[in-house]
Amino acid sequence: MNEPSPATAAPLARLIQEFYKLPGIGPKSAQRLAYYLLRMPAAEAQALASAILEVKEKITLCTVCQNVTEIDPCRICSGQQRDRTIICVVEEPLDILALERTQSYRGLYHVLHGAISPMDGIGPEDLKIADLLARLRSGEVTEVILATNPNLEGEATAMYLSRLLGPLGLSVTSLARGLPAGGDLEYADDVTLTRALEGRLEIRG
Amino acid sequence: MPNPRLYKTEAIIVRQRKLGEADRILTLYTPALGKLDAKAKGVRKTTSRMSGHLQPLTRCLLQMARGHASDVITGCETLESFQPLREDLDRLSRALYAAELVDRMTAERVHSFPTYRLLLDTLRRLQQSANPDLVLRFLEMRLMDQAGFGPRLDACVGCSRPLEPEQHFFAPQAGGAVCRACVPGLAGPRVLTLNGLKVLRLLQRGSYNDVARVNVPPDLAQEVEHHLRSYIVCVLERDVNAAAFIERLRREERNTEPGTGNKEGQGAPCS
Repeated sequence: MNEPSPATAAPLARLIQEFYKLPGIGPKSAQRLAYYLLRMPAAEAQALASAILEVKEKITLCTVCQNVTEIDPCRICSGQQRDRTIICVVEEPLDILALERTQSYRGLYHVLHGAISPMDGIGPEDLKIADLLARLRSGEVTEVILATNPNLEGEATAMYLSRLLGPLGLSVTSLARGLPAGGDLEYADDVTLTRALEGRLEIRG
Repeated sequence: MPNPRLYKTEAIIVRQRKLGEADRILTLYTPALGKLDAKAKGVRKTTSRMSGHLQPLTRCLLQMARGHASDVITGCETLESFQPLREDLDRLSRALYAAELVDRMTAERVHSFPTYRLLLDTLRRLQQSANPDLVLRFLEMRLMDQAGFGPRLDACVGCSRPLEPEQHFFAPQAGGAVCRACVPGLAGPRVLTLNGLKVLRLLQRGSYNDVARVNVPPDLAQEVEHHLRSYIVCVLERDVNAAAFIERLRREERNTEPGTGNKEGQGAPCS
């Protein structure tokens, strides 16, 4: 980013500089946000500042499922209504939000914080795999659902995990692959269509 | 002739990285244009019609539009999805190594049809070969030859005398095989057995069918792999990331199945 012009007050220039560091924020957006904050009521600006600080101070990783949380173990891991025999393995904390939105899964989760990407030098040792294995040793869990993304890295991670979990004698499943709701058959790729055909269901009218 | 704004090309997707909210930058290897980066917009959304066709290690037909920094993919169709590679972690890890090696060994927009053909053949061979590691050795040797970095194996790199049929040394930094007399003063020479030299020569000059017919025992395969790997590290001045993952898979296989840690087919005859 260019040096701020002398017309910009120093504290404002500093704020612009900080916004500029955020992902997806260019120099113009950074300026716009900074000037917007400047005109904001002091109380609102205070609330924003304290929210940022609170996130940094209070949020940690759950020692059980590695999800981001403010209490440890997190609400899902300590929830009484949860089925403790199933663990759903996901790549990122945001994936848990998506699965929770469906309200059709009542088991526990495990966040890997990434996926195996050999070309980028991200191997199994960079993920929270050891923590997952430690959880499975207790013997309470009977099924592991591999819910990694249906792309090359996600599939590689799922294959690696299934190889690792195979000898433990658990049921290891993965999410079904197929056509997305609102999709178009003519645009579907071969891999998805093949999987969709393999997993076809009987229609009950 | 003016450059048309839209053009079509076949391509193998060798690499991808995320861009912004929902986009990706793909590294393509094409038959006529060589390696190039292209932007694929919106492919990280579930509703994207292109995302399934644009996974790494796919051969596809692309409709491209010229852009400012990089070209933009506006349409695509899968030609070959190499499904068997995606369903077997051992084969997948080797295919990723092949793609990474081609990416690192080539410069952008320098076209080389032989390199495209080599990559395509390698992916096809990896799908079914009983010895995927040998497929990689063939790729490594040919790719370096095509890039002009092929090691010298017919004569000693020190004194240029033809190599006698006996044990010699391989010195990556000197650029090939060296005889015993020329070894002093060279950096990092390692023993090159006569059989090792024969396999390296075959990889350099023989066809893939010739190579696939050879029965390479595990310790010889390991020697050849070691020489080629150290040579590649020397040429690239860095290691290939995917190699560490292949190594890890091998290690874990040895640990889990003692006595049967030879699934790579290194000892199996392969024709």
